[in-house]
Amino acid sequence: MSEITAEQVAHLANLARIDLSSEEIARLTTELGQIVDSVAKVAEVATPDVPATSHPMPLTNVFRADTVVPSLTVEQALSGAPDRDGDKFRVPAILDEE
Amino acid sequence: MKKAELMDYDKALELFEPVLGFEVHVELNTKTKMFCGCANEFGQGANTNTCPTCLGLPGGLPQVNAKAIESSIRLGLALGCEIAEYSRFARKNYFYPDTAKNFQTSQYDEPIAFNGQLTIELESGRLVTVDIERAHMEDDAGKLTHVGGATGRIQGADYSLVDYNRGGVPLVEIVTQMIEGGEADSPEIGRTYVAAIREIVKALGVSNARMEEGNVRCDANVSLRPRGSNVLGTRTETKNVNSLRSVERAVRYEIQRQAALLHAGGTITQETRHWHEDTGITSAGRPKSDADDYRYFPEPDLVPVAPSREWVEELRATLPEPPAARRKRLQAEWGFANLEFQDVVNSDLLDVVEATIAAGAAAQAARKWWTGEVARLANASGVSADSLVQPAQVAALIELVVAGTLTDRLARQVLEGVIGGEGTPLEVVESRGLAVVSDDGALIAAIDEALAAQPDVLAKIRDGKVQAAGAVIGAVMKAMRGQADAARVRELVLERAGAAE
Repeated sequence: MSEITAEQVAHLANLARIDLSSEEIARLTTELGQIVDSVAKVAEVATPDVPATSHPMPLTNVFRADTVVPSLTVEQALSGAPDRDGDKFRVPAILDEE
Repeated sequence: MKKAELMDYDKALELFEPVLGFEVHVELNTKTKMFCGCANEFGQGANTNTCPTCLGLPGGLPQVNAKAIESSIRLGLALGCEIAEYSRFARKNYFYPDTAKNFQTSQYDEPIAFNGQLTIELESGRLVTVDIERAHMEDDAGKLTHVGGATGRIQGADYSLVDYNRGGVPLVEIVTQMIEGGEADSPEIGRTYVAAIREIVKALGVSNARMEEGNVRCDANVSLRPRGSNVLGTRTETKNVNSLRSVERAVRYEIQRQAALLHAGGTITQETRHWHEDTGITSAGRPKSDADDYRYFPEPDLVPVAPSREWVEELRATLPEPPAARRKRLQAEWGFANLEFQDVVNSDLLDVVEATIAAGAAAQAARKWWTGEVARLANASGVSADSLVQPAQVAALIELVVAGTLTDRLARQVLEGVIGGEGTPLEVVESRGLAVVSDDGALIAAIDEALAAQPDVLAKIRDGKVQAAGAVIGAVMKAMRGQADAARVRELVLERAGAAE
């Protein structure tokens, strides 16, 4: 069994800004543990002649030319914003009162 | 910490050895952003250069800018780095409103360039070799404005506003190894190193390299090691030190602050600190904490960058002469004294002086005009000298002085006309009627009149008191409204005084 703990899940949830109930943390601790175990099985069969990869496609160097294409209009860009002030996105205070 | 509580700099160095490290962010001057085709430009209205990709909207997919890769490789090569055969992007995950995607697309374990070296020369002539750990590619964040509160700073703000025009602009972050042995030169090493990076990116043409616009930004890491110890001290990272002078001041301040704290038995908190240009101090930002667990992982939406060795060698062939070598060569070619040359370099006028000389001007004349009158006019209007007038115009102006068409004084008026958009120097001379009166007939008439009006002066000159001629010369220059060559007038005055005998 993997060593995923409820504390780790709570920490991850905090980093990912996901609000989890204690029931959800318990369930995810089990599920994440199973995933880690499954990955560990794959690692067992990995041999040095299989290079690590970050991508399933055998592709490299996919580039685009440095050519400007039209951007969104300001109205389009701001259309999904919960709040705005003029042409800027408005967000709540970043730091708590000190 | 108040200035009075800082430890004396010399004493701090007696007790501790400073250890430095720098992270310099260079904003590339590509036409478009790193991963989308939005324009990479400033001065536009807020949020005019955004798209689903740089706003992190669902469905947005990044596409790598080929020019940004090319610029990054050239910069890596100019820093003496090896270029990775295989490099990839990674997501650096954190939540902050200036980063719309909730991650920065950066590089983690496979940066594009690594293991470089840059040798810098201090004012004393001391050479310091800075080892470059890596130079990696990433995208920039948007720009925040904090509203409300007393100071306009983030602390106490009621809310913040975001402009994502800068979000996604390509950056190269250059990270040094630890720099030891800097000793009392440490602050100067910081300034000189950042200046050298700035000079290199400018020479490469990969960045606009204007620190005041944030094109080159420096984070300075400083820690102190007690003399006789081989254990590294806790470091602080002072963020966004955005002028060369500030780099020097911030490093010096941190040495003095940390030394005072440590000497009093305190400990250094590993933290981010903010540099305050106005007061010349740093203040605590957030401490390193859980929030720095960035959960890096390979960017699944981008395939690896694997530059072929042929491409790397092609790019190596495009590298300009290293700026330090170029400076040495130009100083020798121009025959400038150290102070004269430093003046040109420190005023950021090397390129324009070189171009002016290439356009035919004598080296000393080019130097004199750029560091003198042009710099003075630029200062007065708060712009950079090289934005005020073209080197070719300055060369043309100098040519008119050499040809005797203009005196220095008239040439300064012509320069103002050229800067004012009245045309080329020659056109300004014609339109303002500023040429030197070189018609001896007109001068002689004025001289004879002046001599006749001042018979006592005429007598003195005839007695051999040549210095008395000054009064007549002055009167003639006045009559010519300054548009005469004073040396020629003097010659003619003596001649006429003699001839009248």
